[in-house]
Amino acid sequence: MSKLVIENVSRVFPAVRGGAPTRALEPTSLSVADNDFVTILGPSGCGKSTLLRMIAGLDTPTTGTLMLDGKPITGPGADRGMVFQSYTLFPWLTVSENISFGLRERGMAPRECAAIAGAWLEKVGLTSFANHFPKQLSGGMQQRTAIARALANDPKILLLDEPFGALDNQTRGLMQELLLGIWERERKTVIFVTHDIEEAAFLASRVVVMTARPGRIKADIAVDLPHPRLYTLKTSPEFAVLKARLTEEIRAEAVLAAEAH
Amino acid sequence: MKPLAPISSSARITLGIAFFVLFVAAWSYATFGGFVSKTFLANPLTMLNDGWDLLTKQGFLTDIGMTIWRVIGGFVLAAVFAVPIGILMGAYKPVEAFLEPFVSFARYLPASAFIPLLILWAGIGELQKLLVIFIGSVFQLILMVAVTVGSVRRDLVEASLTLGARDAGVLKRVLVPAAAPGIAEILRLVLGWAWTYVIVAELIGSSSGIGHMIIDSQALLATGQIIFGIIVIGVIGLISDYAFKALNRALFPWSIL
Ligand SMILES: Nc1ncnc2c1ncn2[C@@H]1O[C@H](COP(=O)(O)OP(=O)(O)OP(=O)(O)O)[C@@H](O)[C@H]1O
Ligand SMILES: [Mg+2]
Repeated sequence: MSKLVIENVSRVFPAVRGGAPTRALEPTSLSVADNDFVTILGPSGCGKSTLLRMIAGLDTPTTGTLMLDGKPITGPGADRGMVFQSYTLFPWLTVSENISFGLRERGMAPRECAAIAGAWLEKVGLTSFANHFPKQLSGGMQQRTAIARALANDPKILLLDEPFGALDNQTRGLMQELLLGIWERERKTVIFVTHDIEEAAFLASRVVVMTARPGRIKADIAVDLPHPRLYTLKTSPEFAVLKARLTEEIRAEAVLAAEAH
Repeated sequence: MKPLAPISSSARITLGIAFFVLFVAAWSYATFGGFVSKTFLANPLTMLNDGWDLLTKQGFLTDIGMTIWRVIGGFVLAAVFAVPIGILMGAYKPVEAFLEPFVSFARYLPASAFIPLLILWAGIGELQKLLVIFIGSVFQLILMVAVTVGSVRRDLVEASLTLGARDAGVLKRVLVPAAAPGIAEILRLVLGWAWTYVIVAELIGSSSGIGHMIIDSQALLATGQIIFGIIVIGVIGLISDYAFKALNRALFPWSIL
């Protein structure tokens, strides 16, 4: 059964001061199955964030419909957790309080919230930072907290918008393994946006490649690499083949994107 | 000196005191040196002497108490109205569209110009003094609070929505806590302005308060007393400002990280 069905969804942003309207996303159709890990790979400005925001219900499509479990998406809700491209932890709450934000909103008792937050702190390795404020954390720790905050809410689907984009290569690698480990255990449906080929290939059970703006789906590639995946996979021959193929797909788009600017 | 480079707290205190020392030195030079007439500007010693006389013989402490109570009374009254209205204006655009034009207009009405009208309405009692401060502060507070709430980071609001927050939750658990340190800072600022209104209110039709003492002293050409009154206002302002700052830091430790 398909969990998320995106049908002919497009987004045109109105013109800014006499310019032409921005066609951020061409009509796009995509179905995501239950428990799938889909990465969306595309050059900067191709409408990846726009697509993700429409799935989250934070933006409305110009045309087309989005359905989650057969119900149309009309606005944001707790069933779709999101980790943003920028750091969006609540600065006035501690790490632990940030993680239980959604639970408190549902009216769960503080004691129960703390227990769930504690379990998630452990899963993302931040137990000793439970009472720190977000500004006292590094970027990687903040994004780990943001992932825990989204997952503690037990959403049907997890949306991640280049969550590791601002991190250095080593940290990024560790975070990928952490996320993959969580997914292998919890089997949540995940949509992960990135412009990093290696990241897209390493994490995904399916890579969706998008064209340069106006974005549309160019290729949809299943990734059959076995689980659990370790960082050593990145140096294996199968991985190299997959990477080469994705590089081929995306290169043409990057060239187009560069010419358009 | 490098731009934005921090300094040690002892250096900060020394520099802060140094300015006061310079200020008093310049004042002493002008008065003891005979460069300005005694009638226009008392020297620091006369001022201290007059001040002691005011405090011990003329019951100036009661005046100070009256003035402080008026400032706090009027200011709390204004804050009780302004903070909730400002929050609603900042959070809900229709409320803003409804109230903003009027508040912006009312903000420019000088509080002191209302004094004659307020005397007609409320007499020369305490209510009139409180109302002057209320009118002077409330519109400024509303607008500044609304702007602070309205400029809360959109992505934080969006994050709360994806975590299942509804309207009331967004208001109570995102907009208000995010804006709280800013609101506290606005209150501190406007409290300072309330002090100028109270003195003006006391200059006209009043029988007590620091402002009343100042206007009485003018008739007696007692410049020492006037200056002492002004300095007392400054000192109280300084103390309340520091207290407010310390309170804000204690209430919102996250905002100064
Ligand atoms: N609120 C908006 N108003 C107008 N135009 C917008 C808005 N948001 C996005 N756009 C435009 O839509 C296009 C796609 O933006 P989007 O943020 O989806 O790109 P992206 O693929 O996420 O890029 P990146 O990888 O750099 O984050 C861009 O050209 C951008 O200018
Ligand atoms: Mg983006």
